[in-house]
Amino acid sequence: MPQVSLTVNGRSHTAEIEGRTLLVELLRENMGLTGTHVGCDTSQCGACVVHVDGESVKSCTMLAIQANGAAVTTIEGIAESDGTLHPMQAMFREHHALQCGFCTPGMVMSAIDLVQMHPEGLTEDQIRHGLEGNLCRCTGYHNIVKAIAAAWPIMHGKELPLAAE
Amino acid sequence: MYDFNYTKPSSIPEAVQALGADMEAKALAGGQTFIPVLKQRLNKPTVIVDLSELGLRGIAADDKTVTIGAMTTHHQIESSPDVQRLVPGLAKMAALIGDTQVRHRGTMGGSLANNDPSACYPAAVLALGATIHTDHRSIAADDYFQGMFTTALEPGELITAIEFPVAEKSNYEKFRNPASRYAMVGVFVAKTAAHGVRVAITGAGQGGVFRHTAMEEALAKDFSPEAITGIITPADGLNGDIHASPEYRAHLIGVMARRAVAAA
Repeated sequence: MPQVSLTVNGRSHTAEIEGRTLLVELLRENMGLTGTHVGCDTSQCGACVVHVDGESVKSCTMLAIQANGAAVTTIEGIAESDGTLHPMQAMFREHHALQCGFCTPGMVMSAIDLVQMHPEGLTEDQIRHGLEGNLCRCTGYHNIVKAIAAAWPIMHGKELPLAAE
Repeated sequence: MYDFNYTKPSSIPEAVQALGADMEAKALAGGQTFIPVLKQRLNKPTVIVDLSELGLRGIAADDKTVTIGAMTTHHQIESSPDVQRLVPGLAKMAALIGDTQVRHRGTMGGSLANNDPSACYPAAVLALGATIHTDHRSIAADDYFQGMFTTALEPGELITAIEFPVAEKSNYEKFRNPASRYAMVGVFVAKTAAHGVRVAITGAGQGGVFRHTAMEEALAKDFSPEAITGIITPADGLNGDIHASPEYRAHLIGVMARRAVAAA
Protein backbone atom coordinates (compact mmCIF):
# COMPACT_ATOMS: atom_id res chain seq x y z
CA MET A 1 0.00 0.00 0.00
CA PRO A 2 1.22 3.52 -0.70
CA GLN A 3 2.58 5.57 2.15
CA VAL A 4 1.59 9.19 2.68
CA SER A 5 3.55 11.68 4.78
CA LEU A 6 2.07 15.09 5.39
CA THR A 7 1.81 17.81 7.99
CA VAL A 8 -1.60 18.31 9.57
CA ASN A 9 -2.12 21.32 11.80
CA GLY A 10 1.62 21.62 12.23
CA ARG A 11 2.26 17.99 13.19
CA SER A 12 3.83 15.50 10.81
CA HIS A 13 1.90 12.34 10.12
CA THR A 14 2.72 9.21 8.13
CA ALA A 15 0.26 6.47 7.24
CA GLU A 16 -0.05 3.40 5.03
CA ILE A 17 -3.20 3.89 2.99
CA GLU A 18 -5.02 2.47 0.01
CA GLY A 19 -4.60 4.52 -3.14
CA ARG A 20 -8.33 5.24 -3.16
CA THR A 21 -8.32 6.81 0.32
CA LEU A 22 -9.71 10.33 0.15
CA LEU A 23 -8.03 13.13 2.07
CA VAL A 24 -11.17 13.55 4.18
CA GLU A 25 -11.08 9.85 5.06
CA LEU A 26 -7.46 10.11 6.14
CA LEU A 27 -8.28 13.10 8.33
CA ARG A 28 -11.44 11.69 9.90
CA GLU A 29 -10.85 7.96 10.08
CA ASN A 30 -7.09 7.60 10.30
CA MET A 31 -6.33 10.71 12.35
CA GLY A 32 -9.61 11.15 14.22
CA LEU A 33 -9.99 14.77 13.11
CA THR A 34 -13.77 14.64 12.78
CA GLY A 35 -14.26 18.40 12.66
CA THR A 36 -14.00 18.16 8.88
CA HIS A 37 -17.40 16.95 7.75
CA VAL A 38 -18.72 14.99 4.78
CA GLY A 39 -22.02 16.46 3.69
CA CYS A 40 -22.71 15.55 0.09
CA ASP A 41 -19.63 13.54 -0.92
CA THR A 42 -20.13 14.97 -4.43
CA SER A 43 -17.92 18.10 -4.28
CA GLN A 44 -20.85 20.48 -3.90
CA CYS A 45 -21.59 21.26 -0.24
CA GLY A 46 -18.16 22.33 1.03
CA ALA A 47 -18.54 20.83 4.54
CA CYS A 48 -15.19 19.08 3.94
CA VAL A 49 -13.15 22.18 3.05
CA VAL A 50 -9.62 22.23 4.45
CA HIS A 51 -6.52 24.17 3.48
CA VAL A 52 -3.77 22.37 1.53
CA ASP A 53 -0.59 24.45 1.33
CA GLY A 54 -2.70 27.47 2.19
CA GLU A 55 -5.43 27.01 -0.44
CA SER A 56 -8.98 25.95 0.38
CA VAL A 57 -9.91 22.64 -1.25
CA LYS A 58 -12.64 20.06 -0.96
CA SER A 59 -11.04 17.17 0.89
CA CYS A 60 -13.69 14.76 -0.42
CA THR A 61 -12.42 15.45 -3.95
CA MET A 62 -8.73 14.90 -3.38
CA LEU A 63 -6.90 11.64 -2.81
CA ALA A 64 -4.96 11.50 0.44
CA ILE A 65 -1.90 10.45 -1.55
CA GLN A 66 -2.13 13.71 -3.52
CA ALA A 67 -1.45 15.53 -0.27
CA ASN A 68 1.87 13.74 0.16
CA GLY A 69 4.39 16.31 1.36
CA ALA A 70 1.73 18.99 1.81
CA ALA A 71 0.80 21.10 4.82
CA VAL A 72 -2.87 20.62 5.67
CA THR A 73 -4.87 22.80 8.04
CA THR A 74 -8.24 21.67 9.36
CA ILE A 75 -10.81 23.38 11.56
CA GLU A 76 -9.04 21.83 14.57
CA GLY A 77 -5.85 23.72 13.68
CA ILE A 78 -6.93 27.35 13.50
CA ALA A 79 -7.51 28.33 17.13
CA GLU A 80 -4.51 29.27 19.24
CA SER A 81 -2.98 26.66 21.53
CA ASP A 82 -4.48 28.37 24.61
CA GLY A 83 -7.95 27.93 23.13
CA THR A 84 -8.37 31.50 21.86
CA LEU A 85 -10.61 31.24 18.83
CA HIS A 86 -9.46 32.31 15.37
CA PRO A 87 -11.07 35.67 14.51
CA MET A 88 -13.30 33.93 11.97
CA GLN A 89 -14.52 31.46 14.59
CA ALA A 90 -15.05 34.30 17.06
CA MET A 91 -17.09 36.31 14.55
CA PHE A 92 -19.18 33.27 13.59
CA ARG A 93 -20.05 32.99 17.29
CA GLU A 94 -20.55 36.73 17.74
CA HIS A 95 -22.91 37.02 14.76
CA HIS A 96 -24.69 33.72 15.31
CA ALA A 97 -23.57 32.53 11.87
CA LEU A 98 -24.76 28.97 12.40
CA GLN A 99 -27.74 26.98 13.46
CA CYS A 100 -27.19 23.22 13.23
CA GLY A 101 -23.46 23.72 12.73
CA PHE A 102 -22.88 20.95 10.21
CA CYS A 103 -21.62 23.22 7.44
CA THR A 104 -19.71 25.49 9.83
CA PRO A 105 -16.22 23.92 9.69
CA GLY A 106 -16.18 24.15 5.91
CA MET A 107 -17.71 27.64 5.98
CA VAL A 108 -15.04 28.86 8.38
CA MET A 109 -12.19 27.34 6.35
CA SER A 110 -13.54 28.78 3.08
CA ALA A 111 -14.15 32.15 4.74
CA ILE A 112 -10.59 32.38 6.07
CA ASP A 113 -9.22 31.69 2.59
CA LEU A 114 -11.62 34.23 1.07
CA VAL A 115 -10.52 36.98 3.48
CA GLN A 116 -6.85 36.12 2.96
CA MET A 117 -7.25 36.26 -0.83
CA HIS A 118 -8.71 39.78 -0.65
CA PRO A 119 -6.40 42.08 1.30
CA GLU A 120 -7.76 44.96 -0.78
CA GLY A 121 -11.24 44.61 0.72
CA LEU A 122 -14.40 42.57 0.31
CA THR A 123 -17.89 43.62 -0.68
CA GLU A 124 -21.02 41.80 0.41
CA ASP A 125 -21.40 40.65 -3.18
CA GLN A 126 -17.87 39.24 -3.23
CA ILE A 127 -18.50 37.42 0.06
CA ARG A 128 -21.71 35.86 -1.23
CA HIS A 129 -20.05 34.77 -4.49
CA GLY A 130 -17.01 33.62 -2.54
CA LEU A 131 -19.23 31.16 -0.67
CA GLU A 132 -20.46 29.47 -3.84
CA GLY A 133 -18.71 26.28 -2.83
CA ASN A 134 -20.40 26.02 0.56
CA LEU A 135 -24.02 25.15 1.21
CA CYS A 136 -25.90 25.99 4.41
CA ARG A 137 -29.47 24.78 4.78
CA CYS A 138 -30.27 26.62 8.03
CA THR A 139 -29.17 30.22 8.13
CA GLY A 140 -30.06 31.75 4.79
CA TYR A 141 -26.38 32.85 4.79
CA HIS A 142 -27.11 36.35 6.07
CA ASN A 143 -25.31 36.03 9.40
CA ILE A 144 -22.46 34.11 7.78
CA VAL A 145 -21.90 37.06 5.44
CA LYS A 146 -21.98 39.45 8.40
CA ALA A 147 -19.49 37.31 10.33
CA ILE A 148 -17.03 37.25 7.44
CA ALA A 149 -17.27 41.01 6.95
CA ALA A 150 -16.65 41.42 10.68
CA ALA A 151 -13.63 39.09 10.64
CA TRP A 152 -11.94 40.93 7.75
CA PRO A 153 -10.75 43.97 9.78
CA ILE A 154 -9.49 41.75 12.61
CA MET A 155 -7.56 39.47 10.24
CA HIS A 156 -6.06 42.35 8.24
CA GLY A 157 -5.56 44.75 11.16
CA LYS A 158 -7.29 47.65 9.43
CA GLU A 159 -10.76 48.87 8.61
CA LEU A 160 -12.64 47.23 5.77
CA PRO A 161 -12.26 49.81 2.98
CA LEU A 162 -15.41 48.79 1.13
CA ALA A 163 -18.48 48.60 3.25
CA ALA A 164 -19.89 45.08 3.23
CA GLU A 165 -23.38 46.37 3.67
CA MET B 1 -14.39 3.80 -5.31
CA TYR B 2 -12.56 0.74 -6.57
CA ASP B 3 -8.95 0.56 -5.43
CA PHE B 4 -6.09 1.12 -7.85
CA ASN B 5 -2.33 1.32 -7.97
CA TYR B 6 -0.89 4.81 -7.85
CA THR B 7 2.19 6.23 -9.47
CA LYS B 8 3.58 9.75 -9.65
CA PRO B 9 6.18 9.94 -12.41
CA SER B 10 8.66 12.81 -12.44
CA SER B 11 9.08 13.18 -16.21
CA ILE B 12 6.79 13.27 -19.24
CA PRO B 13 8.40 10.19 -20.90
CA GLU B 14 7.88 8.20 -17.69
CA ALA B 15 4.25 9.30 -17.55
CA VAL B 16 3.65 8.39 -21.19
CA GLN B 17 5.28 5.01 -20.61
CA ALA B 18 3.14 4.35 -17.52
CA LEU B 19 -0.03 5.21 -19.46
CA GLY B 20 1.03 3.20 -22.50
CA ALA B 21 2.02 0.10 -20.53
CA ASP B 22 -1.52 -0.58 -19.34
CA MET B 23 -4.72 0.00 -21.32
CA GLU B 24 -6.63 0.50 -18.05
CA ALA B 25 -4.24 3.15 -16.71
CA LYS B 26 -5.70 6.64 -16.31
CA ALA B 27 -4.09 10.04 -15.92
CA LEU B 28 -4.97 12.19 -12.91
CA ALA B 29 -4.74 15.96 -13.41
CA GLY B 30 -6.69 18.10 -10.92
CA GLY B 31 -9.22 15.36 -10.26
CA GLN B 32 -12.25 17.63 -9.94
CA THR B 33 -14.17 15.58 -12.49
CA PHE B 34 -12.20 12.35 -12.38
CA ILE B 35 -12.37 11.71 -8.62
CA PRO B 36 -16.19 12.11 -8.55
CA VAL B 37 -16.32 9.70 -11.53
CA LEU B 38 -14.21 7.20 -9.59
CA LYS B 39 -16.42 7.61 -6.52
CA GLN B 40 -19.45 6.70 -8.59
CA ARG B 41 -17.60 3.61 -9.87
CA LEU B 42 -18.12 4.78 -13.43
CA ASN B 43 -14.47 4.02 -14.15
CA LYS B 44 -12.21 1.25 -12.87
CA PRO B 45 -8.58 2.08 -13.65
CA THR B 46 -5.83 -0.36 -12.68
CA VAL B 47 -3.26 2.40 -12.31
CA ILE B 48 -3.65 6.11 -11.69
CA VAL B 49 -0.82 8.19 -13.08
CA ASP B 50 -0.58 11.46 -11.15
CA LEU B 51 0.64 14.24 -13.45
CA SER B 52 1.41 16.78 -10.71
CA GLU B 53 5.20 16.36 -10.72
CA LEU B 54 5.80 16.78 -14.46
CA GLY B 55 6.52 20.50 -14.33
CA LEU B 56 3.39 21.37 -16.33
CA ARG B 57 2.16 24.20 -14.09
CA GLY B 58 2.70 27.77 -15.12
CA ILE B 59 1.93 30.54 -17.59
CA ALA B 60 4.36 32.10 -20.08
CA ALA B 61 3.52 35.13 -22.22
CA ASP B 62 5.11 37.27 -24.90
CA ASP B 63 3.61 39.90 -27.24
CA LYS B 64 1.99 37.28 -29.49
CA THR B 65 1.06 34.27 -27.37
CA VAL B 66 0.06 33.11 -23.92
CA THR B 67 1.11 29.53 -23.19
CA ILE B 68 -0.53 27.76 -20.28
CA GLY B 69 0.88 24.54 -18.85
CA ALA B 70 -1.62 21.70 -18.82
CA MET B 71 -1.57 21.37 -15.02
CA THR B 72 -2.16 25.07 -14.40
CA THR B 73 -5.22 25.53 -12.20
CA HIS B 74 -8.28 27.62 -13.00
CA HIS B 75 -7.36 29.83 -10.05
CA GLN B 76 -3.88 30.49 -11.45
CA ILE B 77 -5.39 31.37 -14.83
CA GLU B 78 -8.05 33.73 -13.47
CA SER B 79 -5.52 35.54 -11.29
CA SER B 80 -2.69 35.75 -13.85
CA PRO B 81 -1.96 39.40 -14.79
CA ASP B 82 -0.71 38.20 -18.20
CA VAL B 83 -3.93 36.32 -18.99
CA GLN B 84 -6.04 39.21 -17.67
CA ARG B 85 -4.19 41.66 -19.91
CA LEU B 86 -3.65 39.61 -23.08
CA VAL B 87 -6.70 37.32 -23.22
CA PRO B 88 -9.17 38.85 -20.74
CA GLY B 89 -12.05 36.63 -21.83
CA LEU B 90 -10.05 33.59 -20.80
CA ALA B 91 -9.33 34.98 -17.32
CA LYS B 92 -13.03 35.77 -16.92
CA MET B 93 -13.94 32.26 -18.06
CA ALA B 94 -11.61 30.63 -15.54
CA ALA B 95 -13.18 32.67 -12.74
CA LEU B 96 -16.63 31.33 -13.66
CA ILE B 97 -15.72 27.64 -13.37
CA GLY B 98 -17.09 25.75 -10.38
CA ASP B 99 -16.27 27.43 -7.07
CA THR B 100 -13.10 28.67 -5.38
CA GLN B 101 -12.20 25.24 -4.02
CA VAL B 102 -12.70 23.53 -7.37
CA ARG B 103 -10.67 26.26 -9.08
CA HIS B 104 -7.79 25.64 -6.67
CA ARG B 105 -7.47 22.04 -7.90
CA GLY B 106 -9.01 21.78 -11.39
CA THR B 107 -6.71 22.20 -14.39
CA MET B 108 -7.05 23.39 -17.97
CA GLY B 109 -5.38 20.27 -19.35
CA GLY B 110 -7.69 17.98 -17.43
CA SER B 111 -10.77 19.82 -18.65
CA LEU B 112 -9.64 19.75 -22.29
CA ALA B 113 -8.69 16.06 -22.18
CA ASN B 114 -12.14 15.25 -20.83
CA ASN B 115 -14.02 17.56 -23.26
CA ASP B 116 -17.26 17.61 -21.32
CA PRO B 117 -19.95 19.10 -23.61
CA SER B 118 -20.75 21.66 -20.90
CA ALA B 119 -17.17 22.54 -19.99
CA CYS B 120 -16.05 26.14 -20.53
CA TYR B 121 -12.49 25.93 -21.88
CA PRO B 122 -13.39 24.25 -25.20
CA ALA B 123 -15.20 27.46 -26.20
CA ALA B 124 -12.13 29.62 -25.54
CA VAL B 125 -9.77 27.21 -27.26
CA LEU B 126 -11.95 27.00 -30.37
CA ALA B 127 -12.85 30.69 -30.60
CA LEU B 128 -9.27 31.84 -30.12
CA GLY B 129 -7.85 29.16 -32.43
CA ALA B 130 -5.49 27.91 -29.74
CA THR B 131 -2.97 25.11 -30.25
CA ILE B 132 -2.94 22.01 -28.03
CA HIS B 133 0.61 20.79 -27.45
CA THR B 134 1.00 17.16 -26.41
CA ASP B 135 3.96 14.95 -25.54
CA HIS B 136 4.70 14.35 -29.23
CA ARG B 137 2.78 16.79 -31.46
CA SER B 138 0.72 19.97 -31.75
CA ILE B 139 -2.99 19.89 -32.56
CA ALA B 140 -4.97 22.84 -33.93
CA ALA B 141 -8.18 23.64 -32.05
CA ASP B 142 -10.21 22.96 -35.22
CA ASP B 143 -8.93 19.39 -35.28
CA TYR B 144 -8.96 18.73 -31.55
CA PHE B 145 -12.65 18.61 -30.56
CA GLN B 146 -14.36 15.60 -32.09
CA GLY B 147 -17.66 15.35 -30.23
CA MET B 148 -18.95 14.79 -26.73
CA PHE B 149 -16.11 13.55 -24.47
CA THR B 150 -14.13 12.83 -27.64
CA THR B 151 -10.89 14.49 -28.75
CA ALA B 152 -8.03 13.96 -31.17
CA LEU B 153 -5.88 12.64 -28.31
CA GLU B 154 -4.61 9.11 -28.84
CA PRO B 155 -4.67 6.62 -25.96
CA GLY B 156 -1.93 7.59 -23.54
CA GLU B 157 -1.22 10.92 -25.25
CA LEU B 158 -0.72 13.74 -22.76
CA ILE B 159 -1.51 17.43 -23.16
CA THR B 160 1.52 19.41 -22.03
CA ALA B 161 0.46 23.00 -22.77
CA ILE B 162 -2.15 25.14 -24.52
CA GLU B 163 -0.93 28.06 -26.61
CA PHE B 164 -3.34 30.97 -27.08
CA PRO B 165 -2.82 33.88 -29.46
CA VAL B 166 -3.04 37.32 -27.89
CA ALA B 167 -6.59 38.52 -28.53
CA GLU B 168 -7.66 41.82 -30.04
CA LYS B 169 -11.06 41.11 -28.49
CA SER B 170 -12.16 38.30 -26.20
CA ASN B 171 -15.13 37.79 -23.93
CA TYR B 172 -17.16 34.97 -22.46
CA GLU B 173 -20.75 34.98 -21.29
CA LYS B 174 -22.09 31.95 -19.50
CA PHE B 175 -25.58 31.01 -18.38
CA ARG B 176 -24.75 28.74 -15.48
CA ASN B 177 -26.74 25.86 -14.19
CA PRO B 178 -27.22 27.20 -10.66
CA ALA B 179 -26.52 23.84 -9.01
CA SER B 180 -23.63 22.40 -11.01
CA ARG B 181 -22.32 25.73 -12.37
CA TYR B 182 -21.64 24.05 -15.69
CA ALA B 183 -22.63 26.05 -18.76
CA MET B 184 -26.20 25.59 -19.91
CA VAL B 185 -25.02 27.89 -22.66
CA GLY B 186 -21.62 29.54 -22.86
CA VAL B 187 -20.56 31.84 -25.69
CA PHE B 188 -16.97 32.91 -26.32
CA VAL B 189 -16.38 35.69 -28.84
CA ALA B 190 -12.86 36.41 -30.02
CA LYS B 191 -11.00 38.45 -32.58
CA THR B 192 -7.43 37.43 -33.31
CA ALA B 193 -4.91 38.37 -35.98
CA ALA B 194 -4.71 34.80 -37.30
CA HIS B 195 -8.36 33.77 -37.23
CA GLY B 196 -10.39 36.96 -37.35
CA VAL B 197 -13.71 36.92 -35.53
CA ARG B 198 -14.85 33.62 -34.11
CA VAL B 199 -17.81 32.63 -31.97
CA ALA B 200 -17.75 29.30 -30.12
CA ILE B 201 -20.67 27.83 -28.20
CA THR B 202 -20.41 25.35 -25.35
CA GLY B 203 -23.03 23.66 -23.19
CA ALA B 204 -25.62 23.66 -25.94
CA GLY B 205 -24.56 21.29 -28.70
CA GLN B 206 -25.19 17.57 -28.62
CA GLY B 207 -21.75 17.10 -30.15
CA GLY B 208 -20.01 19.44 -27.73
CA VAL B 209 -18.44 22.78 -28.59
CA PHE B 210 -19.17 24.28 -32.03
CA ARG B 211 -18.60 27.48 -34.00
CA HIS B 212 -21.46 29.78 -34.90
CA THR B 213 -20.44 30.72 -38.44
CA ALA B 214 -23.49 32.91 -39.18
CA MET B 215 -22.59 35.13 -36.23
CA GLU B 216 -18.91 35.11 -37.18
CA GLU B 217 -19.67 36.44 -40.67
CA ALA B 218 -21.93 39.17 -39.33
CA LEU B 219 -19.46 40.22 -36.63
CA ALA B 220 -16.55 40.26 -39.07
CA LYS B 221 -18.38 43.06 -40.93
CA ASP B 222 -19.65 44.87 -37.85
CA PHE B 223 -18.51 43.85 -34.37
CA SER B 224 -21.60 44.99 -32.49
CA PRO B 225 -24.55 43.31 -30.74
CA GLU B 226 -26.88 44.83 -33.35
CA ALA B 227 -25.08 42.94 -36.11
CA ILE B 228 -26.27 39.59 -34.72
CA THR B 229 -29.67 40.61 -33.37
CA GLY B 230 -31.53 39.12 -36.32
CA ILE B 231 -29.65 35.84 -36.45
CA ILE B 232 -31.85 32.89 -35.51
CA THR B 233 -30.01 29.85 -34.15
CA PRO B 234 -31.72 26.58 -35.16
CA ALA B 235 -32.63 24.27 -32.27
CA ASP B 236 -31.68 21.19 -34.29
CA GLY B 237 -28.74 19.39 -32.72
CA LEU B 238 -28.97 21.29 -29.43
CA ASN B 239 -29.31 19.59 -26.04
CA GLY B 240 -32.64 19.21 -24.32
CA ASP B 241 -32.78 18.13 -20.68
CA ILE B 242 -34.60 18.91 -17.42
CA HIS B 243 -32.83 22.26 -17.27
CA ALA B 244 -33.63 23.63 -20.71
CA SER B 245 -35.19 22.59 -24.01
CA PRO B 246 -33.27 22.86 -27.31
CA GLU B 247 -35.42 25.89 -28.23
CA TYR B 248 -34.58 27.59 -24.92
CA ARG B 249 -30.87 26.97 -25.48
CA ALA B 250 -31.11 28.28 -29.05
CA HIS B 251 -32.61 31.51 -27.72
CA LEU B 252 -29.99 31.72 -24.96
CA ILE B 253 -27.19 31.47 -27.52
CA GLY B 254 -28.38 34.71 -29.10
CA VAL B 255 -28.75 36.47 -25.76
CA MET B 256 -25.37 35.35 -24.45
CA ALA B 257 -23.65 36.17 -27.74
CA ARG B 258 -25.03 39.73 -27.78
CA ARG B 259 -23.96 40.26 -24.18
CA ALA B 260 -20.50 38.86 -24.94
CA VAL B 261 -20.05 41.16 -27.94
CA ALA B 262 -21.37 44.20 -26.09
CA ALA B 263 -18.81 43.84 -23.32
CA ALA B 264 -15.87 42.55 -25.40
